[in-house]
Amino acid sequence: MAITEVPHIVTARRGYEDSHTLERYLATGGYEGLRKALTMTPEAVASEVDTASLLGRGGAGFPAGRKWSMLRKDPLTYLVINGDESEPATFKDHLLIESDPHQLIEGVLIAAYALQVTRAFIYVRGEFALGLERVQQALNDAYDHGAVGADIFASGFSIDVVVHPGAGAYICGEETALLESLEGKRGFPRIKPPFFPAAIGLYGQPTVVNNVETMSNLPWIILNGGAAFAALGAGRSTGTRLFALSGRVRNPGAYELEMVKTTFRDLIYAPVLGGGIRGSNQLKAFIPGGVSAPWFGPDQVDLPLGQDEVGDAGSMLGSGSIVVMDSADCVVRAAWRITKFFARESCGQCTPCREGSGWLERVLYRIEHGTGREEDLDLLLDVSDNISPGLQWPPQQTTICVLGPSIPSSIHSAIEMFRDEFLLHIKEGACPHA
Amino acid sequence: MSLTQENLARAKELIALYPEPRSALIPLCHLVQEQDGWLRPDAMEEVAALVGVTPAEVRGTATFYDMLHTESVGTYAISVCTNIACLLDGAAELLEHAEGTLGIGVGGTTADGAITLEEAECLADCDRTPCVQVNHRYVGAQSLESFDQLVADLRAGRRADTIPNHGTLVRVRRTVGLKADPAQIAAERAAMAAAQADRVAAKAPVGGSSS
Repeated sequence: MAITEVPHIVTARRGYEDSHTLERYLATGGYEGLRKALTMTPEAVASEVDTASLLGRGGAGFPAGRKWSMLRKDPLTYLVINGDESEPATFKDHLLIESDPHQLIEGVLIAAYALQVTRAFIYVRGEFALGLERVQQALNDAYDHGAVGADIFASGFSIDVVVHPGAGAYICGEETALLESLEGKRGFPRIKPPFFPAAIGLYGQPTVVNNVETMSNLPWIILNGGAAFAALGAGRSTGTRLFALSGRVRNPGAYELEMVKTTFRDLIYAPVLGGGIRGSNQLKAFIPGGVSAPWFGPDQVDLPLGQDEVGDAGSMLGSGSIVVMDSADCVVRAAWRITKFFARESCGQCTPCREGSGWLERVLYRIEHGTGREEDLDLLLDVSDNISPGLQWPPQQTTICVLGPSIPSSIHSAIEMFRDEFLLHIKEGACPHA
Repeated sequence: MSLTQENLARAKELIALYPEPRSALIPLCHLVQEQDGWLRPDAMEEVAALVGVTPAEVRGTATFYDMLHTESVGTYAISVCTNIACLLDGAAELLEHAEGTLGIGVGGTTADGAITLEEAECLADCDRTPCVQVNHRYVGAQSLESFDQLVADLRAGRRADTIPNHGTLVRVRRTVGLKADPAQIAAERAAMAAAQADRVAAKAPVGGSSS
């Protein structure tokens, strides 16, 4: 199958100017998946999602069906949607929220029915001002349409949904921090165990937390069957995924592609996708799954876009966002900026992350600005090792959440791949790219 | 009281959307900022009273979040992203230019109170770089020239129709949702506590204590 012939599961309405309206949604098959789900038993709906083998699209890639099956039975349970997309270079949920909010809401309703949850919260990143308005307006219209609220579509099932705005904090994408934030507190990740909010979540009650893109796949899965979804992709990575491509390519953008059947080379170079490196420069390095992921070089460009394939190669597909750097880009500067981000966004609960991120940022800054020392490279690796012992992948953790062990990824990669460039900065007392 | 009657009514609507009033804390802070631009100390006290926590808890929560301002800001907050994708496309140069033309550093507000400049982390619009938001509305990739035009337009009030006040969900009323009935929530909580007590009792060793 050519890369462009893949079914558009989550981006079917992308060509329409009014894709966010109820009118367009209904005219293009909207809420049919929900109507079908309501004729099935909740168990049958969950079973379709299991068959689809839908991996969570937030970053960790945990199977959605398995997450659902872990929900502790209790009279009061919650469904919370994570729309706090903040991983640098990730912009696919932003697109889904703004351009197809009804699809998201329909997915939420299908999930709520499968889980028999009667209260759902859609937590949307605060900076998505337009996205928040779109999803709230869509929700208002969906209530009027009878798709949300009491006895939806005369099925006997009732569900209330609340749109909740965040207020700007990367850490709130961590699911337990998101729940704290939704409870009106600072976004501090909770101590584990319990490892999953499915045991103890919102207000101490069992809670399923799912990502926006994960939910947006559900209407198609119910309408077409889990098997049709599982027939796309390969291995554990089924279906399509919305990849966010940015950096030094001719056509940055979000592309829905079949998992595994497409490679990083296709994404970066195909004329209908990334279109190759801008100008006459060459590919230097790329980040395969958000800035928490270790980097890849030109040698890994033929790897398929699959969760296990990228994992086995020593990184992660993460949030599905690919950043391309070319021969004119300074890797020290890139690693410094990414580390500065983590230093700023560390919530401050755990010493290795809070202190380590700041130290690393300052050492990288002085190397980039020409006052680095040769022993700084060992210092960077030593501090990194204190946050993530052994600097292995997947990382070891000394902190409450995975923000800490994400910090060394770019630093370790940059030093391993481009040690000479670091030394050149130190020897010349200046950035050679400046 | 600093909230207007209309906004106080909206605040109560927001609180009713949640099983626990404290969940409305951040939405209420957004509402205050829509009205005042920032969180005055007396407004934080009012939010605290509305959701049933101390003013310190409101301040403690608000200071954690980038979008909540505990000091006054300009009419328009311009956020320039300098994270990785934007950095590769001239964001640092744009920010430096912004500081120069506005005559303020990051976090500063122009003397006329029109503009506050912020250096943002990734704003999730990485295919339009360097990315800039004004009051969290995307204004598209900016060059040095278009940035100056943007500032001039903002100062002249020419963007007021597309860029509203501070605050969030300013133009869409949140008229639907949970409408939680406090009595029902209390009954559910009592039932949960009873169920939990039953579970504990079921696990307790049989035969009593030794004494």
